[in-house]
Parts: sequence; structure tokens; C-alpha cells
Amino acid sequence: MSATLEEILAQALQELAAASDLSVLDQIRVQYLGKKGAFTLQMKELGKLDPEQRRVAGQAINNVKDDFQSTLEVRKHALQQAELDARLASETIDVTLPGRGQSVAGLHPVTLTLRRISKIFSSVGFKVEEGPEIEDDYHNFEALNIPSHHPARAMHDTFYFDAHTLLRTHTSPVQVRSMETYQPPLKVIAPGRVYRCDSDITHTPMFHQVEGFLVDENVSFADLKGVVYEFLRAFFEKDIQVRFRPSYFPFTEPSAEVDIECVMCDGKGCRVCSHTGWLEVMGCGMIHPEVFKAVNIDTEAYTGFAFGMGVERLAMLRYGINDLRLFFENDLKFLGQFN
Amino acid sequence: MQFSEAWLREFVNPALDTAALVEQITMAGLEVDAVTPAAAQFSGVVIGQVVSMAAHPDADKLRVCQVEVGEAEPLQIVCGASNVREGLKIPAALIGAVLPGDFKIKKSKLRGELSFGMLCSEKELGIADDANGLMELADDAPVGMDIRDYLELNDQLIEVDLTPNRADCLSVEGIAREVALLNDMPFSVAEITPVAVEHQDTLSIKVSASDACPRYLGRLIKNVNASAATPLWMQERLRRSGLRSLGPVVDVTNYVLLELGQPLHAFDAAKLSGGIEVRMAKADEPLKLLNDQEIKANTETLVIADAEKALALAGIMGGSESAVSDTTTDIFLECAFFSPSFMMGKSRHYGLHTDSSHRFERGVDANLQARAIERATQLIVEIAGGRVGPITEVVAQAQLPERVAITLRAKRIRRILGIDLDVPVVEGILQRLGMSVTKDAEGWQVTAPGFRFDIAIEADLIEELGRVYGYNNLPQSSLLMRSALSEAPEAILDIDQLKDVLVARDYQEAITYSFVAEELQKSIVPDDKYIKLQNPISADLAVMRTTLWCGLLQAAAYNTKRQQGRVRLFEAGQRFLGIDAAQQEKMLAGVALGSVNREQWGEKTRKVDFYDVKADVESLCALTGHEVQFVAGQHAALHPGQSAEIKTLEGQTLGWVGMLHPTLEKKLGFDGNVFLFELSQNVLLNRKVPVFNGLSKFPSVRRDLALLVAEEVSFQAIKQCIENCNEDLIKAINVFDIYRGQGVEQGYKSVALGLTMQDNTQTLTDSEIDAIVNKVLDALFNNISAKLRD
Repeated sequence: MSATLEEILAQALQELAAASDLSVLDQIRVQYLGKKGAFTLQMKELGKLDPEQRRVAGQAINNVKDDFQSTLEVRKHALQQAELDARLASETIDVTLPGRGQSVAGLHPVTLTLRRISKIFSSVGFKVEEGPEIEDDYHNFEALNIPSHHPARAMHDTFYFDAHTLLRTHTSPVQVRSMETYQPPLKVIAPGRVYRCDSDITHTPMFHQVEGFLVDENVSFADLKGVVYEFLRAFFEKDIQVRFRPSYFPFTEPSAEVDIECVMCDGKGCRVCSHTGWLEVMGCGMIHPEVFKAVNIDTEAYTGFAFGMGVERLAMLRYGINDLRLFFENDLKFLGQFN
Repeated sequence: MQFSEAWLREFVNPALDTAALVEQITMAGLEVDAVTPAAAQFSGVVIGQVVSMAAHPDADKLRVCQVEVGEAEPLQIVCGASNVREGLKIPAALIGAVLPGDFKIKKSKLRGELSFGMLCSEKELGIADDANGLMELADDAPVGMDIRDYLELNDQLIEVDLTPNRADCLSVEGIAREVALLNDMPFSVAEITPVAVEHQDTLSIKVSASDACPRYLGRLIKNVNASAATPLWMQERLRRSGLRSLGPVVDVTNYVLLELGQPLHAFDAAKLSGGIEVRMAKADEPLKLLNDQEIKANTETLVIADAEKALALAGIMGGSESAVSDTTTDIFLECAFFSPSFMMGKSRHYGLHTDSSHRFERGVDANLQARAIERATQLIVEIAGGRVGPITEVVAQAQLPERVAITLRAKRIRRILGIDLDVPVVEGILQRLGMSVTKDAEGWQVTAPGFRFDIAIEADLIEELGRVYGYNNLPQSSLLMRSALSEAPEAILDIDQLKDVLVARDYQEAITYSFVAEELQKSIVPDDKYIKLQNPISADLAVMRTTLWCGLLQAAAYNTKRQQGRVRLFEAGQRFLGIDAAQQEKMLAGVALGSVNREQWGEKTRKVDFYDVKADVESLCALTGHEVQFVAGQHAALHPGQSAEIKTLEGQTLGWVGMLHPTLEKKLGFDGNVFLFELSQNVLLNRKVPVFNGLSKFPSVRRDLALLVAEEVSFQAIKQCIENCNEDLIKAINVFDIYRGQGVEQGYKSVALGLTMQDNTQTLTDSEIDAIVNKVLDALFNNISAKLRD
């Protein structure tokens, strides 16, 4: 007499429990459920029985098969999980190692500063204009109400190529060129390199300025104050004190220098602000009637304001850079600090 | 302009301390640059008088002095100064005094003689940098008085950085006028009592250039004691304005210049021959100036001359030959008004800048001369004596500056300043400014005073109103203006996008000078024409760069010398092929050297090569949507076998990429290969706006070909040959391997290509594909002798 169903099942379950991997498990499945499997053979025997016995015996075999099958599934799942766990464990890496391949660099602090200035002004519709760096005397001086021999020229140590050609000493010629080209209303900022024949701890012969101007029908000094004030607060991201001090530029009238509360000491007085609590950050004013005259804009119909600022100065204050000359040495140890 | 605060307060004395006063004038546009004490800190020094003096028994150079210091008994003080003498009044530091430098005075014994203090020089008191013996005080100096009070040393030197428009503040009186106006209080002017005329001698005065010199005053003062001592108070005021004492006559002219703002000049009358002429110089007219500079004046220059020769550069500097000296007895005192428009630039032409030229260029009140010459006369006579002659005045009334009435409209004030100022406010400010004001229908008619050369138009008046009212009291508005939608041109790239790509590819942005050393420029691109600065700041920054590589290579070398083995820099900026705007071309350039990646564990270390940098350039070009071609070419700065000119398909040059020429590599101090690229922004920033082409529904097919070609056949030639077959169905040609070595004959290479083919209307059949491939292979064989590799 062959083994009883219970014995076969017990044997099968024992084998399942002992199966070490999925392929062994599959062999066991075939061994019991395959064409010549132990349970299959049992089913084949049923034909020899009368119908009533066949029903009872068949039921018994099916119950045993179900038991086997569900145990098989559980076992299979467990083995699959174990296999996955093993794979995951084997694939674990040191995620703290640096990433592979190319790294990224960064922009020059002057560019970072220029981009922020442009972004703040373009948000209210200022357009960016540029002009030549080698300028003629007319656009750099004459049209800006600085005739030759004017004492104000002494404030601009100018690089010359010949009597009429020079390196622009400020970005203001772009103001003239823009007004020659376009009709008001105008809202323009003009960033760029400028040059002065001066070199010491606080001067480099090349530096950057942003000129800005606005011409429209009813622009007043109050608007200029508003724009400058809001710009400085946006730039320094700080509710900063701002004051307007009368000054003189031949191309604006009234003219003002703008001081901000020292950002290094919050106005308490330190070395950076020469213990005054104030820092000079830009010059500005209402566009002079002579400038409008030079570009054929009717001073009765239009008024306008202009302002100009040194980009390196703003960058130094913003990022705490203490030496102007670092900007053009291009030392990677300096440049890399702004990435 | 630097002046003593005490001097200013003699004219106007508002109830403000120094800090508040400085703040007030700064905020009125007279920016104070510095405030420094008139003397270093010291204490315990009083006025003493040497009452008797005896030789020191044990020292030749020392004297034992009895010094009256206002106490019950004179003090015994040992002194070694050569000018010590009986009766002399000097500063005496008492026991317990602290001199500058924390030098404490104690009772001491000098070679056995007791000394109860110290007699002081200017240097020891920190008043002067140098001294020659004891400081000699005036005979009337009150013995026992604290020297700080006597010399008014508790004073501040205020330095104002005046803008060129404010010539009216180039004097203590001018500053006083401004302070008075700001505080709405009166100020007193320098009191002038004309000296009685004692003789009638004059020099004839002829003004031949009355447009340049509309007013000229002169007078003879005889029997002056030019070696008289300038009183201490005047020396001190001069010193506190930064001027040295140079004898009584010059000191007085300098003093009046500081006090009133009027430059004067005194000639030694004995050195003059004939009368005075104010005329233009003759061509190359020689003149030796007070500073010993010998010039040859040109005919654009105004000189003061006598009958024979030029004596002085008018309004700039006197001549040395006619200068007043210790032995001068008679002087000719000159006081003139020279026109600012004429004077502008004249002193600079001779490399000069004097207190006098500074004032005349900016404008001296044309009504001031009579007052100033009387003031100077008075002071000269007080100090050096002399007999005064009558004033000769030559005036060309028509040439004097005219002050015309300016129309000031109330509505214009509102429009410019953004505020309605009340009528009394406007009139009050203008009147305090010394303007004459008449009301009219629209506003006012305003005439500026003679000392304000900067007031000519309505805007000038509005600026004054804003300035005196206070910029910070003016309103501030939030920007309200018409605003159009901004444009967003798609066919022009923003340089920022390209910069960001380079940053993402590990290039650090640099900014280098636009001017470079001529030597460097010539060695990098010897054939480029460059332009030179007339007045470079140094030889290293003397010519305009024609390529950004000049600065970038320098910056790269700077870094490699500072332990950077890997440098990748880029710069966006102009290069200068000429002075025309069109020749100022905006470029984008880069340099790369060292390993391709930063040091890391994950990739094998490899040096950057041509194809790495080419990929960087290609990534920039990819942004434009335009195809470009790389053509092997020769560039002076680049390795002849590793350089390519980059061109658009239309043949326009976009730039260059390549390896730095080994000769330059060595010359510039690199110890490895350096790769460079430079692209023209004008060309590069043109972007192709994309146009959609439709998608094929049918599968694409790829055929790989291994071609055997001669070494010199470029990939470009192969690609061109395939493209020339005009097979539209070939959608892509991709090179995926280059092989040399076993199985490939020497001088040949195997190029593995993948051809991707696709039709929009059907699935390609094998026979169609074979036909295309065969056509391509035939063309390759016929044109460049390329064969399929077995």
C-alpha cells in the first residue's frame, strides 16, 4: 500500500519548508503537481473508484492540494523576498561619496550684482541698452553739458586715443545715444565697463557702472527719490535708511548723491563708512535741460531723471568684499566664493 | 577748501556743535571730507616770559632761565634752544604737563641744575612738523595764559570737498554766507577800513585783452618792511588752511584769498620797467614762474607784462623775477577779475593747478576786487607798514559778467520737485541766497548775486530751492508710470543664457582688463592691428585687446602659479579692432587646462583635450539652433594641427577653437596643454526660431557601416560626401567609433558610422534601404576612396 495522502502532504510540506531557493521550490512543485506528480497520480487513481467514493476521495485530494499550494505560495513569496533582500543588501553603496563627472562653476560677483540690478529694474519695465566703450568726446562729455575745459572734466581722469576719442568714463553716454535713437517715454538701464586713468587701493582703471534713466511727461524728483529708495531696499533686502545729499553733476539738476546707512555697522560707524554711519552709493538727479536740448527733446513736454551707480561698490557692500583689486585678479579662490 | 572752524565762527556762529555744523553743510551740498583737530592733544602749557638767563655751569649749549609763568615766583627752567633770550615770550610746559605723544613733564636735573618745566617749540606742541628753536610768541601775549586758549588750539580744521559749481564757497566768507543762510541768521563780513592814500604815484595799466580781463586794479605801496614778521594769528589761520607762511606780503594775499576768495598778486615794483600791460602772450614767450618752472607761453595765454616782458601767468602764478623778497621795499599790488570761460583749462595746459587758478576758473565775484585790494592794503600796512598810493582801475563794463533776470515758474517748481512750495518759502530761500526777487503772474523774476556763477537758468533756481528746503524734506513717490508690455525677442539669445551654459560646464567667469601689455598682444596675435592708449596708466595696460585670450591667458597663468592645476575660465566682453563702434566686437571666450574633471574617485583622470572644449563650444552653438561647421585652419595663437575656425553654414566666421601654440604655451609659463575658444557674440546670439516638422508614423531603420579611409580624410569630408547624395531619407549620420591598428593598414583608419533612415509616408523595405546604402557607398568610394571594411 502506498503512502496515505496525509503522509504525502506531510512529506511535501517538509520539503517546501526545506527548499532553499526558488528553483528548488519549483522542482518540488513539479514533483507534486506536475504531470507525474504525487498529487496528480493520486487524481489519476480516482477513476478506479465508484462515483460516491470518487467524490469523497477527490475532495480529500483537492483539500490536500490546496494546503500544498497555499504553503507553496507562502514559501515562494518568502523566498522571493529573501532573494530581493539579498540583492538589495549586495547592491548597497556609500552614498556619501561625491557624485561623479562634471562639476559646475559660477559667475563673477560683478555679473551677479549686475543681474540683480537688471532684474529689479526690468520688473518695472526698464529696458537694457548698451553702448560702445570707445566713445567720442561728444557723447561722453559735450552732449552731457561738460564742454571742454570744464572743471568737471578734472573729475574724470580720461584715457584718450586722440583728441576726440576716448574710453568712456561713465555709462552716461548711453543715455545720450538712447535719447538720440528713441522717443520718450523711455525707461532704460545701461550697464557696462567704464574707464578712468586712476589706480590705487580704492580705484581700478576699469570698473562697472549702471546708468539708469526715465523720461516721461510728468516725472519729478519725488519719483526719483521713490525709485532710488525702493531699488536700494530691494537690492540690500533690508529696510535701509537712505538720504539724498545735494551734489553737482553737469548733466543733472537738481543733482544728488545718495547715501545709505552703513550696511556693515547698521549706521553705528565703522572703518568702512569712515565712522560716519553713511555710505555713498550712487549719484542721481533730474536730467539737465541742456542734455535734453542736445538730443532735441522738448523740456516743456518732458522731464526725466537719471542715476548712476558703481557695480563693484555695491558688490563689495553686498558680499563684504574688502579689496577692490580682487575683482580683476581673477584668482579662482576669490571667484569660487560666489558659486 | 580747508578752513578753521573758529575763523568761520567769527563770521557766523550758529548754536550748533562741530558735528551738527558739519552735518548741516554736508547736507546742503558742501560735503565735509574730514574734520581734524588744529593741534594734537596736550595740556599744562602756559605763556611764559624769560626774565633772566644764565649760562649753565657744566654745559656750553644749555641756559638756566628764570621764567615768569604767572605764578608768585618765576620758575627755573633749563633750556638748550639757540633762540632763547631775555624778554622772550614762549610756551612753557609746567610740571605735570602732558605733551603730544603722552610725554609727561617732571621736575628734573640737567647736568646738576634743577629744571621745573620745559620751554617748547611748535614741533613739541604738535602744531608743526618741524621747528627751528622755541616758538616765539608776540610781545603782548599774556603771561600765564593757557597756550591752547591763546592760540585757539581747541579748534577744528574742516575740509570741504566742493563741487565745481560752488566757487562762491571757496572762501571763509562764502562758507559763512552759506551757514548763515542755512540757519536763517545774519553773518558779519570782514571789516575793511580803507587806508588813507599817502602818495600819488601810479603805474600805467593797459588791458589789451579786456574780454579775458574785464577788470584790473592796481596800486603802489611804498616803503614796506618785507621782512616784518607775520603775526601769529595770521600764520595760524594760514596753517589751518594748509598754507605756509612765506613773508608778510605773500601771507596777506593768501589770507585775503582764503578770507574773501579773491586771489591777489604783489610784484616787487623795483623789478618792473614801465607800466603794466595785461595782454596775450607772444608766441613762445619765455617766463620763469615762482615754482622755478620755465615755460614758453603760447598766444592763447594771458600774461601780466611790463614794458619789456611777461611777468606773470595771469590768474595762475607769478614770475620769479618780479617776486616780492625780503629786501623788497615797494610793491605793486594787483587785484583783477579774469573771466572764468577764458581761464578754463589754461593752468592745466602748463601742468599747473594753483589756489588762484582754481578760483578764477570757477568764477570769482566780479564786484569783489575793490573790497579785496583795500582789505589786503589794510593788512599789509598793519603788518609791514608802507605808504599807500591811489588805486588805478581799468574796467571794461561790457565784458563783465551780466546777471540777467531768470523766470521762475511756480508750476515748474511743482513739476520738477514734485511739491508745491508756498510763496513765502520760495521768496525767503531766494532772498537768503542773495537773489533779488520780483513776483510776476506765473512766478518770479530772479536775479542772482555776482558770486553765483552757477545760476543761469530756471533749473538752477529750482535746484537751489530743493537744496535749501532739504532734499530729505521733499516728497517721495512710488513710481507710477505708463508701462508697455515688455518684448521677448526669440531670435536673439541673451548672453546670460550662454554664460549659464558655460558655468554648468564648469567654466568660472572672469573679468579681465580691456587693455593689455603691448608685448602680450603682439605675441598672441602678431598680425592683428591694435590701438594704443595715448595716456596708459602703465605699460601693462597700454593697448586695447583684439582678443579676449590676452586677459584670459594671463588670468590662467596667474592661477597656475598659485597651485591651481586645473583652470577653466570664460569671459564675455569687447575686443577692439578699431575705434569705430562697429569695430568694438562683443566676444565670448574661454580657456581650459589641466584635468577634464575636478579630482574625483569615480572617473579616470584625463587631461582636457580639443574635443572636450569643442563639445563646450558645440553646446553653446546648440542653443542657437543653427548648424555650424568646424574647418581646420591656421591661427597664430593656436597649434596648427589642433585648431578650427568655426563658421556658420553661410560661411560667416563665428570664432576659433584650438590648442594654444606650444611656443606660446612655453612663453606664457604653462607646463601643459591649454585650450582656447573665442566666439563673436553678434553671430552667436542669432537664434533660429524652431519650426515644427511633423512626426513620422513609420519606424526608422539604422544601418552601421565601417569605412576604411585614408588618415587625412576628415569626418567632415565623409559627412559632406553622404549629404551630397541628396538622400532625404537619411535623417542622421552618427560616428560611433574610430579604429586604427591591427587589421587596418598603416595610414588608414576605420570610421564606424550609423545611418538612420526614415520615411514619412511608408515603412522602408530592405531593397529601398539597400539602394540608399549602396548609393552612399558608391559615392564614398568614388569621392574619397572609402571602402567597407571586411
